[in-house]
Amino acid sequence: MQILKGNSNFDFMGRSNIALILSAVLMVVSIGSLVTRGLNFGLDFTGGTLIEVTFPAAADIEQVRTNLQEAGLNDAVVQTFGAASDIVVRIPPRSEEESTAEISTVVLDALQTGVEGEVEMLRVEFVGPQVGEELTEQGILAVIYALIGIFLYVMFRFQWRFSVGAVIALIHDITISMGIISLVQIQFDLTVVAALLAVIGYSLNDTIVLFDRIRENFPRMIKSDPITVVNTSVNQTLSRTVMTSLTTLLVLVALFVFGGEIIHAFAFTLIVGVIIGTYSSIYVASTSLLRLGVSKFDLLQVEKEGENLDSMP
Amino acid sequence: MNQYPAWKYILITIILVLGAVYALPNLFGKDPAVQVTSARGFSIPADLSTTVDDALVVAGVDYKSREQIDNRLLYRFNNSDAQLQASEAIKEALGEQYVVALNLAHATPPSLRAFGGKPMTLGLDLQGGVHFLMQVDMDTARGQQLDRFVDDIRTALREEGIRYISVRREGNGLLMMLRSEEDRARTEEILDTNESLVGLNVREIDQGENFGLSATVEEQQLLELQQTALRQNITTLRNRVNELGVAEPVIQQQGAERVVVQLPGVQDTVEAKKIIGATATLEYRAVDEGHDAYTAAQTGRVPPESRLYSDNEGQPVLLKKRLIVSGDQLIGASSGFDQRTGQPQVSVTLDGVGAGRMLDFTRENVGNRMAVVYIEQKPGGRKTEEVISVAVVREPFGKRFQTTGLDSIDEASQLALLLRAGALAAPMEIVEERTVGPSLGKLNVEQGFKSVVIGFLLVLVFMALYYRVFGLVADIALFVNLILLISLLSMLGATLTMPGIAGIVLTVGMAVDANVLIFERIREELRNGNTPQASIRAGYDKAFSTIADANITTLIAAFVLFLFGTGPIKGFAITLSLGIVTSMFTAIMGTRAVVNLIYGGRKRVAKLRI
Repeated sequence: MQILKGNSNFDFMGRSNIALILSAVLMVVSIGSLVTRGLNFGLDFTGGTLIEVTFPAAADIEQVRTNLQEAGLNDAVVQTFGAASDIVVRIPPRSEEESTAEISTVVLDALQTGVEGEVEMLRVEFVGPQVGEELTEQGILAVIYALIGIFLYVMFRFQWRFSVGAVIALIHDITISMGIISLVQIQFDLTVVAALLAVIGYSLNDTIVLFDRIRENFPRMIKSDPITVVNTSVNQTLSRTVMTSLTTLLVLVALFVFGGEIIHAFAFTLIVGVIIGTYSSIYVASTSLLRLGVSKFDLLQVEKEGENLDSMP
Repeated sequence: MNQYPAWKYILITIILVLGAVYALPNLFGKDPAVQVTSARGFSIPADLSTTVDDALVVAGVDYKSREQIDNRLLYRFNNSDAQLQASEAIKEALGEQYVVALNLAHATPPSLRAFGGKPMTLGLDLQGGVHFLMQVDMDTARGQQLDRFVDDIRTALREEGIRYISVRREGNGLLMMLRSEEDRARTEEILDTNESLVGLNVREIDQGENFGLSATVEEQQLLELQQTALRQNITTLRNRVNELGVAEPVIQQQGAERVVVQLPGVQDTVEAKKIIGATATLEYRAVDEGHDAYTAAQTGRVPPESRLYSDNEGQPVLLKKRLIVSGDQLIGASSGFDQRTGQPQVSVTLDGVGAGRMLDFTRENVGNRMAVVYIEQKPGGRKTEEVISVAVVREPFGKRFQTTGLDSIDEASQLALLLRAGALAAPMEIVEERTVGPSLGKLNVEQGFKSVVIGFLLVLVFMALYYRVFGLVADIALFVNLILLISLLSMLGATLTMPGIAGIVLTVGMAVDANVLIFERIREELRNGNTPQASIRAGYDKAFSTIADANITTLIAAFVLFLFGTGPIKGFAITLSLGIVTSMFTAIMGTRAVVNLIYGGRKRVAKLRI
C-alpha cells in the first residue's frame, strides 16, 4: 500500500508565498488571541484550590452554593462535570496569609452538609501562590533552554542557517499551538507545557529529517539551484513525513478519546502541534532556509569540517 | 550479503531475555497485605510473628503467606475483607508500639524476585493518594534560633553571676546591655568559649552609660541551622506518617526549603492533612506563684521574669519565662483515663535531658503549680499559645508523668499522637497539595491502559497494511520496544504516572518513525533500480544518520523537560527519553536482524514485499 507515489514532484517551494501568507495570518490570529483572550491558565499557574467530588445522587447546585457561602467561601465557583452527581468547586487564590491547604477541608465539610450518604472526594488540588509563580517561570525557562540547546546542536551538525530555520519553525509552531489553545480556551496547565515541549521535539524531528536530505542532495545536485534542491528534498521525504505524522496522530487520537479527562488538554495540544509541526517543517523551516540564502557552499564547508561518518555513500 | 555476525544475534537475544525477565513482574497482580513495622524504627523481635499469628487465629482470619523483609513483617491475604479484619486484629494485639499499615504487595513469584525484578510502582494519580509540598518558614526558624540564643546567654550569664541590664533580640541579631567594662569583657569571654554559643559575631557598642554588645549570627551558622531544621522536620514528618500507617510513604527534601510528602493509598486525606500539617508543640512551664495573674492582666504590669498567657477559657495565667521542658525532649505519649478521677489524660515519657530537668524542677516545687502550654504555629509566623492544663506538682517526678485537664478522650488521643510525632524544628506550611481519591485513580489506570492498547493496535495494523512483510517486522520491533521500555522503567524503580503513560503512547507513535525512514529509503533505492539486497543495505545505512540526528534533538527537548519539570512532568520526560533509546535499538538493530534472517541468507531475492 502506498498513500503517495514515491516519485511525487509537487512544486512546494513555488507555492511558498501562499504558505508565507497562511503562516503570517495564523501567527497574527494566534498572537491576537493570546493578547486579547489570553490563556486559560490552570491551577498550576494561578494558584488556588480545586475540589472534585461525587455526590451519592444528583447534586443540588444551589444548596451547594448556599453551603459554601455559609462556610465563608463567597468566591467559590461551582460547576458540574460529566454526570449530574459530579461537582467541581474552584476557589481562586488568595493572599499569602489566607491561602492554605485548610480551605479544601472546609469545602469538603460544607459539601457534606445536609447530604445523605457520603460525598466522595475524587480529587483535591491546592497550589499556593508562591508555587504558581515558580512554575510559570520554570515553564518559560524550559522552552527557552530547549530552543537554545537545539539551536546549538543543529549548528554543530549542520550550519547556522539551518539552526535559524529550525528555531524559526519551532517558534512558529509554539506560537500557533498556544494561539489555538487560547482560541478554544483549553486549560493551560503543566501537562500542556509538557505537550508543547514534546511538540518542539516532534516538529524538530521532521525538520531534521528534511535538513538531512537537503544536506545530502546539495553535493549530488551540484548544477541545480537551491530552490530545486530543497523542493526535491521535500518531495523525497514527503511520504515519510506523512506516514510518521499519521501513526503519531493515530495514538494521540486514541489518547484523546480514551485517555480520560486528565490527559485531554495534553493530547489536544499534541494533536494540534503535530499537524502544525508537519506543515512547518515542509514550509517554514525550508522557506526560512532559502530566504537566509542557503547554498551548496555552506554545506561543502561543513562536510569538510564534520566529515560525517555515516551519511555519505 | 545481508548477514549479521553471530555476536549481534547473541547480544540481541541477551537483551531480549533480560527485558522479558524484568518486564514480567508487571504481569502479576497485587496481593492485599498488612505490613507491620516498629513505630520507632527498631528491628522487629523474632517472636512478633507468633503474636500476630495468634491474633489472626483468634480473629478467625486466614493469611496467604507471611514474610519478614528487613524490619517489616508482611502478611498477604486472599481478599481485602480479610486484609481489613486482620489489620484491626493486629492493631489491637500489638498496640501503639507498632505501625500496622494496609499495603498492596506485588505478587511477583520468588523466582523472578531473585533477579531483583519488581513491577513499576503506580503514581499517586493512578492509585490514589496524597501529595504535599511543604515549605519551611525559615524566617520564623531564624527567629526561634535567636530566641534560643537569648535564653542560653541569659542562663550562662546568671551561672557566671554577671548581673546584666538586658539581653534581647534586636532585628536579625542580639543586643546585650551590661553595667561595667569588666562585665562586658567577661561576657565576651563567655560568648567566645561557651559551646552552645558558637557562630556569633560580637561587636562592642556604647550607649550612654551602659556597656553594650551586639551580636549577629554568622551566615554559615545560619545555613547550618536551616539544614538542621529541615532535617529535623523531615524526621518529624516521618514519625507522623508512621502514625498514619502508610505502607510506602515518600518524604524527601526538595530544594533548600521544601519537603515533598507523598502518601500513596491514603483514604482519609483530611485526617492525613491534620496530622502532617500540624505544627503544634508543648512547653512545660512553672506558674509564677509570687504574683497574681488577674492583677497583671488588668494593670498590664507583668513581672520581667514572667509572661502572661491565657487558658482555653480565656482566663489569664502568669507563667515563668524559663522553660522546664519542651516538646522535642518528649519521647512518648499515650492517651487513657486517670484511674482515680476517670478524666481523660495523656501519659508522657521524657528523654534523659528532659527527665533530669523535670526532676530538678519538681523536687524544688512540690505543692507549686506547673502549666502545659500548647503552641500552634500558623503560616506566616503567627502562633497561638494556649495553656491547656495547670496542675499542682504532688511529688517529684522525672521520666514519666501524666497530663490531665483535657476535654475529651478524643482530644487526649489527638494530643498524644501529636506529642508522639514530635515537634517541628521550624514551622511548615503546605504550599501545594494534589490528592487523588481511590476511585479516580482506578479510573485513570483503566483509561490509561485502554488508550495505550488501542493506540498500539492501531499502529500495528497500519504498519502491517502499509509495509507488508517489513511492516510486520516493524510491528515485532514495536512490541519488543514496549517490553524493553517497561523493563527499563521497572529496573530503574520508576513510578508510572498518567503523564508517564502519555510518554509511552507517544513513544509508540514516534518509534515507528525510524522504521518508516528506513523503509521509505529502501523503497526509494528499489525505485532507482537497485537490487533488493543492495536496497536493504543502502536503506539502513543512509537512514541511520537521519535517525540519529532526529532522535538526539528530541532527547535534548526531553532532557530540558526533565531538568525543569517537577513530579509528573519528570515522569513524562523519563519515559520519552528511555523510549527514544530503546526504539533506536529495536527499530535499527532489531528490525535489521529479522530482515537479515528473512532475506539475508538467500542468493537471489526477486522482490521485496515492502
